[in-house]
Amino acid sequence: MLERVGVADLDALFADLPAAMRDPAIDLPPALTEPELIALLEERAGENADASKPNFLGAGAYRRSIPAVAAHLTSRSEFVTAYTPYQPEISQGTLQSAFEYQSVVCELTGMNVSNTGLYDVASATAEACLLATRATRRGAVALLEPIHPGTIEVVRTYTRGAGLRVDILTSVDAVSEEHACLVVQQPDFLGAIVDLEPLAEAAHASGVLLVTVADPFALGLLRSPGDAGADIVTGEGRDLAGAPAFGGPSLGLFAARTPFMRQMPGRIVGRTQELHEPPEGGEPRTGYVLTLQAREQFIRRERATSNVSTAQSLIALAFTITVQALGPRGLREAADLCYQRAHDAAARIAALPGYETPDRGPWFQEFLVRGPVRAAELSQRLRERGIGPGLDVSSRAEPEAREALLLAVTEATPDAHVDALVEALAEIGADA
Amino acid sequence: MSALRPGGEDFGARLSFDRGGPGRRAVDVPTWTGEPTPLPDAHLLRDSLRLPELSQGELVRYYTALSARNYGIDSGTYPLGSCTMKYNPKVDDLVASLPGFAAAHPQAPAEDAQGTLRTLLELRRGLAEATGLPAVSLAPAAGAQGELAGVLMITRALEDRGELERRRRILVPDSAHGTNPATAAMAGFTVTQIPTAADGSLDRATIEEELDESVAAVMVTAPNTLGLWEQGIEEVAGLIHDAGAYLYGDGANFNAIMGRVRYGDLGFDVVHLNLHKSFSTPHGGGGPGAGPVCCSEELAPYLPTPVVEECEDGVVRLTAPERSIGQLQQFHGNVGVLIRAYAYMRALGLEGLRAVSGQAVLNANYLRVLLHGYYDLPYDRPVLHEVVFSGSRQRREHGVRTYDIAKRLIDHGFHPPTVYFPLIVEEALMMEPTETEPPEAIEALAEAMIAIAEEAERDPDTLRAAPLTAPIGRLDEARAARRPVLRWQEAEAEE
Ligand SMILES: Cc1ncc(COP(=O)(O)O)c(C=O)c1O
Repeated sequence: MLERVGVADLDALFADLPAAMRDPAIDLPPALTEPELIALLEERAGENADASKPNFLGAGAYRRSIPAVAAHLTSRSEFVTAYTPYQPEISQGTLQSAFEYQSVVCELTGMNVSNTGLYDVASATAEACLLATRATRRGAVALLEPIHPGTIEVVRTYTRGAGLRVDILTSVDAVSEEHACLVVQQPDFLGAIVDLEPLAEAAHASGVLLVTVADPFALGLLRSPGDAGADIVTGEGRDLAGAPAFGGPSLGLFAARTPFMRQMPGRIVGRTQELHEPPEGGEPRTGYVLTLQAREQFIRRERATSNVSTAQSLIALAFTITVQALGPRGLREAADLCYQRAHDAAARIAALPGYETPDRGPWFQEFLVRGPVRAAELSQRLRERGIGPGLDVSSRAEPEAREALLLAVTEATPDAHVDALVEALAEIGADA
Repeated sequence: MSALRPGGEDFGARLSFDRGGPGRRAVDVPTWTGEPTPLPDAHLLRDSLRLPELSQGELVRYYTALSARNYGIDSGTYPLGSCTMKYNPKVDDLVASLPGFAAAHPQAPAEDAQGTLRTLLELRRGLAEATGLPAVSLAPAAGAQGELAGVLMITRALEDRGELERRRRILVPDSAHGTNPATAAMAGFTVTQIPTAADGSLDRATIEEELDESVAAVMVTAPNTLGLWEQGIEEVAGLIHDAGAYLYGDGANFNAIMGRVRYGDLGFDVVHLNLHKSFSTPHGGGGPGAGPVCCSEELAPYLPTPVVEECEDGVVRLTAPERSIGQLQQFHGNVGVLIRAYAYMRALGLEGLRAVSGQAVLNANYLRVLLHGYYDLPYDRPVLHEVVFSGSRQRREHGVRTYDIAKRLIDHGFHPPTVYFPLIVEEALMMEPTETEPPEAIEALAEAMIAIAEEAERDPDTLRAAPLTAPIGRLDEARAARRPVLRWQEAEAEE
């Protein structure tokens, strides 16, 4: 090959690179064989906390029961090792699956158009804010507390370039005609189920779009945001796709009402037909293509609706298969089971002397616990007993969060873990 | 429906929603046997949910049939230029899914995630070494998000210098990937397009002319999208710095120069890498990826949050740089992809990385000489990792477009190259064989391309009708955009 290419050695191929800077000293660890690599990473993985121990962290990432079939199908190498489907004739697997995903997301959210997914919930929500400011030509966005702090952070990062103002509201009364959108989390960051309809009405009265950041699993039970008046819905799909994996790969759901279709960020798949009859005769067959591409960076460049190119397709596939494996009844049942188990755990804790679960109205899977000792100490004592204590939210402004821990119990939290938690809290209470 | 021809005649017409039947299900959900808690008020609850009802066997057959209608790098050669479709070692998938990594909660205290964090720390250090840029954030989820991070870092730095008001322009070559101008605009800058010089390189004269006090940065893809090295980029870097602007590097083509030259040594201020290309993590049909940003000491305080840091107590933690542009995601990026990239780096070591870039470049040049004379080569000189041909001769002489050539390649069993990009090459056919294709595969690809060139003379109509052997023929893209059907609910309403 070298001869055919006309060079004496590989180095000659790099002759254009500046000679003085060529082949620098680079300090990388020596190469490992496959068995060595596996041994090293098994050891590393073992340095993480034992995942079989009780842990009640939620706050944006929840333990779910994922049907085995989701990981199985998603690991088929024709899905895993394909690129973005630029050649539809040999990418119908990716494209038709993405159309399934869009259909599922529209059904859950009550929206008309979904893209094929963005990076994660927070960046998707930031894109929703950018869309809203383009659509309304307004220069500020409003986020309603309690909302995930990560969402606020990312909205700030993304809107910095456009010079938008980000207002954090504690009441919908503060929404005004200066705002392009009102962003509301469902369930909210402290776990409560939000009645979206009055918020939609208040927002719309000032010409403000309602963006709902919804947990798609909870939507198995809860009214769809679209039905309640939302204009754009975002969400995090990771938990229905697989393990938390320290937060990623994640999956940002993004769906909107039809008027915003041509303003959407990201890829969209559409259904169409063959241009010609098949060679063996018969009607043109149905197929799927990337569509509405006039919005995208590779065509519009600096006038694109977003710079997104590679996103999270494989995670969207796993998400779709999980939801479809559960089906309409299974998803509802799983969400219901989650609700029941969380409420049962909360009731057991509230019944312990010295404990309360501050009431913020109806809630889904996450609740506040205040104990006989301060939150930091409660957290520490639970950790000493081998229990992941949830998130200390005592620095938040909401009065209910004062000296409280935020705990999540889901359909996938083992019974024994809840028992261990209740027992540990009782002991800590008895010591106090 | 035959198992050997998965899908039957109009497979696409029937979605999962149109299959199965009422009451069927793929999995069961445990029943709650404890004391039931009443559900919230009905107006907060959903009253309908239309999802498919399939048995598990039906669901598996449906998605298995779909997978058979896909082509991946495991199926065959995938010379998609700029996308670096190389074979992905399976061990990388295996280690990323080890239970200890998979179960880590993103909000876990650092002490509970030391295995993950130490792995990320070592990846960070390796990337800093390999790029010659000392500071790295692994947070960006893909190349485009890395670009956004890098440009926002420049924004912050200019703000601190009190020059942001004045420096409102970013210079971007016309050969750049679309994400570059889109990112610059998203970050609030105006884009000035710089034409490519006749030899395929950055037009120095125009850059010098444009470089004034209104320029914030110059975004350069190195090697560029023609597969060519920007000779003298280190001098251009000097000019850019003298003018008070920054040099942004699109490092999506890092695979061509790994181990051979470093962005930091050349004077780049900030660069993003595409680990899902250069570091071989599988592309998943469109992600997840990872697009770390690597930068100079000067820009380090602006890196996105989090960065991975080993603290004095020996514990590895996620920290926020002092003047960080902020978070890009709710949590810490596509960690599973980062673990794969780490495994890839550890399997190779420095010699391995050099061997990768060497073989990638040799393979691209081999393809170049094999196809020389059959297709036009607008920039006819040795290349790095990819080579851009043009189908203009075929178009001019036989009325066959690059589009047709690409579709015909499918019939020969290959994935087509990237077409119509970069925009500066007419009828572009951008080919990147990558280092993992053996010589026989490159020869077979070249033979197919040559056969197609000959067919273009003899039988152009066949090319225009191609592909003839794919699971589905050419699709009506205009119809899809004109009358959008974007979900099952609409498809159903149509019928
Ligand atoms: C040269 C170049 N720059 C940037 C990108 C964007 O990277 P990503 O798709 O990961 O966002 C790509 C690939 O799409 C590319 O090839």
